[in-house]
Amino acid sequence: MATFLGINLFGLSGQLLVGLINGSFYALLSLGLAIIFGLLRIINFAQGAIYMLGAFFAWMALQYFGINYWAALILVPLAVGIIGVLMERFLLRPIANEDHLYSLLLTFGLALILQGVFTQTYGSSGLSYAIPESLKGGTRLPFMYLPNYRAWIIVASLTVCISTWWAIEKTKLGAYLRAGTENPQMMQAFGINVPLIVTITFGFGVALAGFAGVIAAPVYAVSPEMGSNILIVVFAIVVIGGMGSIGGAIITGLGMGVVEGLTKYFYPEASTTVIFLVMVVVLLVKPAGLFGKEA
Amino acid sequence: MKINKLYLALFIFALIAPAALYPVFLMKVLCFALFACAFNLLLGFVGLLSFGHAAFLGTGGYVTGYLMMHTGVTPEIGIICGTICAGLLGAFYGKLAVKREGIYFAMVTLALSQLAFFFYLQAPFTGGEDGMQGVPRGHLFGLIDLSDNMSMYYFVLAIFIFGFWMIHRTIHSPFGQVLKAIRENEPRAISLGYNVNDYKWVAFIISSALAGLAGSTKTLVFQLASLTDVHWHMSGEVVLMTLLGGMGTIFGPLLGAGAVVAIQNYLSGGEMGNYVSIIMGVIFVVCVLAFRNGIVGEINKVIKRNFGS
Repeated sequence: MATFLGINLFGLSGQLLVGLINGSFYALLSLGLAIIFGLLRIINFAQGAIYMLGAFFAWMALQYFGINYWAALILVPLAVGIIGVLMERFLLRPIANEDHLYSLLLTFGLALILQGVFTQTYGSSGLSYAIPESLKGGTRLPFMYLPNYRAWIIVASLTVCISTWWAIEKTKLGAYLRAGTENPQMMQAFGINVPLIVTITFGFGVALAGFAGVIAAPVYAVSPEMGSNILIVVFAIVVIGGMGSIGGAIITGLGMGVVEGLTKYFYPEASTTVIFLVMVVVLLVKPAGLFGKEA
Repeated sequence: MKINKLYLALFIFALIAPAALYPVFLMKVLCFALFACAFNLLLGFVGLLSFGHAAFLGTGGYVTGYLMMHTGVTPEIGIICGTICAGLLGAFYGKLAVKREGIYFAMVTLALSQLAFFFYLQAPFTGGEDGMQGVPRGHLFGLIDLSDNMSMYYFVLAIFIFGFWMIHRTIHSPFGQVLKAIRENEPRAISLGYNVNDYKWVAFIISSALAGLAGSTKTLVFQLASLTDVHWHMSGEVVLMTLLGGMGTIFGPLLGAGAVVAIQNYLSGGEMGNYVSIIMGVIFVVCVLAFRNGIVGEINKVIKRNFGS
């Protein structure tokens, strides 16, 4: 029952689940990066640090103010989004007309500062955040045991990803955003406040990372390092998918999580490197990325 | 003529510096200065931001460290092999990275260097988290004992001058002129018939080989090759050195490396050690917001303003 063609289905489905969960985080983070890149043409190097910030905010909210998980799920992305708005308005706006490499370096500096501050305050060992009461326990499926919280991660992140995709493709605000991606000057000429849209977009993209941080808090140790390692993987995923489409970012994120999970089962030694290797292959075969538009 | 006097003054300073300053500190500055100069060849003169140069520094270091420890070759052979290996890795990584531009280039190089990081973390010969410790310095050409810090210093100085001269020659060659043309206006360079990607690729190989040379030398100086050298933090540090000193200037990376190493040495001694990362981050932000030309860039501007044309 539990084996098929010599494959241990129990172990395989377990790794697939881990892969889907990692993929959920990859999808949320690369979606945030893609939205920001679409309008601002910059890469937010602090996205990983913001994800870490989201997890820490959730932990601090519970520890110091007794704010529970469900409230944190709303409040933390909001707080992180406001930080993002301030970041865009006061740090990135002044250099918006310079070479975009400078904004990369600026956000890299911010990431170092954030990571340093939290290492200084809380140490690098990591803090634990309890799974909320209502999501404890799990379900026994015929081929595996499914912890409820892990199922929730996948549901929550997919819901957020799909509603973001829907909002961008189907609503009026989304239409502004897409128009701004195509031709900001023209949109400004039509009397739309482009700088405001830019600020909101940046805040939203950053809030997605904050949201990912909150749902990550109960499954990973809340530590200052948690952001930087995942970010580099997400960069590789962004290169694999290309930043052409919002849907592409979501699909590539989830897909690469699954690829990583499968590798962990079949050849564990390569599980940390497989996404980078996929990136190498994609660069050789289709340099613009799977969903990329440029030549 | 003015420049030649400056070179001469620097050279004399470098010759007598160990009398006043701790030689190991000076060697560290020289190694990082060479690393930053190699990096600056790409960023300052071709306009390519590589966020993965630590991979080449580390590769040079590990190869030299391994050869010195297990095969008993002389140091110059060890360094040459380290440099060649870093150059080969650069040829492979560069071929992939030049397919993308701008911000993508930075992300591709960062991801590729992370690939190297995980390789060295898992490979059996690198000693994993501990790194290679106690690498012997050996006898240069089988004759000069490098375990003496003074002879090691002059050896490192000679290597630095060689690397610096290589970069200088590259920048001022017809090849270097094409690189600058690519930086200024890539479509124009293409329309003039230059195969832009090949030029970028060759520049990438030169830059990575010299970064490997810096890493090989650094391993001999500290008798240690560790994961710190391949970590993305190191890639960030070299960007900071170049940005602080002034990208696209000849002396900027030298000055920037000196400043960053001095700051790190100063901080790591005291109770401020844990603040290094925060302070590096603050310098990044300040440089980008207020100080984009770097130290040398600002000095050049002042000179131009006050002394005409």
